[in-house]
Amino acid sequence: MAETICRSLRDGSLEGEQAPALTIKDSLQSPLGSHVFDHFLSTLVSHISAGRSQASGLVLVAFNRSPSFYLDLFKRKGLDASPVDKSFRILDCFSDPLGWKDRLVDSASAEKSILKDSATVFKNVRDVNKLSSSILDLGNGFIGEGKVRFAVAIDLVSNMLRHVSLPSVAGLLNNLRSNDRISCIFWLIHSDLHEPRASAALEYISTMVASLEPMMQSSDGQKTSGSLLWLEENSRKAKFHVRLKRRNGRVKLLYEELHMEQAEIRFEAASSVKTIVDQNLLPRVQFNLQLSDKERADRSNVVLPFEHQGNGEAIQIYDGRRSLSEGQKDPHLMQPSAFSHKMDAQSNNDKGEIHYIRDSDDERPDSDEDPDDDLDI
Amino acid sequence: MRGFARRERERGDMNPPSNLLDEALGLGHGGAIAALPAGRVVLVEDCVETSGAFVLHHLLKRALSAGEGGGDVLFLALAQPFSHYDRVLRKLGCSLSVQRNNNKLHFFDMLKLEFPGLTGGNDIESGFVGLYSKIQRAIEARRSKEYSRGCITIMIDDLSLLEIAACGSIDCVLDFLYYCISLTAELDCSLVILNHEDIYSSEEAPRFLSHLEYLADIVIKTEPLSTGLSADVHGQVCLLLLNNTIDHFQQRDFQQTWAFNEQNS
Repeated sequence: MAETICRSLRDGSLEGEQAPALTIKDSLQSPLGSHVFDHFLSTLVSHISAGRSQASGLVLVAFNRSPSFYLDLFKRKGLDASPVDKSFRILDCFSDPLGWKDRLVDSASAEKSILKDSATVFKNVRDVNKLSSSILDLGNGFIGEGKVRFAVAIDLVSNMLRHVSLPSVAGLLNNLRSNDRISCIFWLIHSDLHEPRASAALEYISTMVASLEPMMQSSDGQKTSGSLLWLEENSRKAKFHVRLKRRNGRVKLLYEELHMEQAEIRFEAASSVKTIVDQNLLPRVQFNLQLSDKERADRSNVVLPFEHQGNGEAIQIYDGRRSLSEGQKDPHLMQPSAFSHKMDAQSNNDKGEIHYIRDSDDERPDSDEDPDDDLDI
Repeated sequence: MRGFARRERERGDMNPPSNLLDEALGLGHGGAIAALPAGRVVLVEDCVETSGAFVLHHLLKRALSAGEGGGDVLFLALAQPFSHYDRVLRKLGCSLSVQRNNNKLHFFDMLKLEFPGLTGGNDIESGFVGLYSKIQRAIEARRSKEYSRGCITIMIDDLSLLEIAACGSIDCVLDFLYYCISLTAELDCSLVILNHEDIYSSEEAPRFLSHLEYLADIVIKTEPLSTGLSADVHGQVCLLLLNNTIDHFQQRDFQQTWAFNEQNS
């Protein structure tokens, strides 16, 4: 599933169509969204550097982490510096998003951009139009054959939403998607920092939605210091749900498990064996609602009435029309009578029994007559 | 809590090298005193029943007592005057007066901090810009000294009072924090924030506290004991390591909980 997303980002958009857009969505309960974003980012940059993708370059709009973090990320991933420099640009909205540092030196211009290695500092994140044009300007710098397209990545839309309204952000993303020079676009959002409508709005304009959910759900819905196993498990693993919208309108739902090991991310096919089950499923009441091992074994050995055995012997189903006196057994019956006061078990002691005790012994047994006998059909 | 037994440590006796909290934070390897590594954002969350100020005091002492690899501290004091911290740290064996005179401690007395926000949000933002400028100038002044190469720790005590000074503008407080965090990346600083998690209303609390937890690499929560006994002198510290990419912490358990008791009020 993650590979599917990587391929889709690598292949980019078709002529005349909007670019594929990916939303990565996480929460504090499963806070691995940044690692997923880093994974897709480094994979796509690797494809771009090697010339295997439609995009000739990638523009990263960095709100959440410094440009140096991403350069170190590529080094850790073993990407060569030279090809990366040619195909990677950072619009730095982390260092000075509101232009405060310019005001420290009493600068007259609040929107001065300083080119610093591969990062361009952007100082007015509240101006969406300026942000959009800056992204496109950076993308124009990529060199390639024929029509040059580039990819766009936004490391945290949640930070954008702090400064700009949801309609403006949605409009920016939609305009980028509609631009014929954009090969693909993807972003990360922390769903628990916004109202549900914000996540919904972004999902509507996405062709792919990757949601991270905790492996273990907490009982009260919030982290507590007592839920150590819950916190630890969800810090290293998550459920990775992907929803893909096809061009033909079909929606495909996929599911994987995500594991973090030594700062590396790994996707695995979902395994029910490895799923950790919350043991506290039963409500905490004064009654004993659990079964002992012997009780579970006895329950599994119970032969239910009218249950087909399929053991090679002739099977007869008791139709309930004949009443049996107490203690009498019909030798043709394979199943115990359902109308006896007590259902006698087989002589085999291994089989379980069902003991039915009437509420009142004075109560007459149910009539043996079939109520439909008087029908004349 | 895997593989760790609860141990009781005295608040006034957190000397290296046997302190579990220091081990978990990566301070004091091999018996040497060390400050927080650069680039770290530590969030200390406490509640009315159990104050987390002692964690701040401990980290302050560690930062000022660090050897040649240690750095300076910028302390934004909104909760208590200098005399209070001086008295507390003296009991821990550290003289803030001496450190301040040696320019290792930059104490910002902000007890009466109030941003002129009555006329509009821009004034509040201007107030934070002014505060940030003081911090950046102080850091750059220290960095210009050739002998100052260690990590500079910025401490805020406490964030809720900063919000009050900003007339309840959480957005401005978050903007200010983001700018302080940018210093952790650019100027080799670390950031320690004390916040009270039980003072926010049910509507605003989840998102603001979530914002803070997303920003933090390490969350230290102080709570009363689960038994509720002796809440004024006993408690437990829960440490959450939230950033899996911190190589230093990869060998450690994700979350550890210790009990502590207090001997000195």
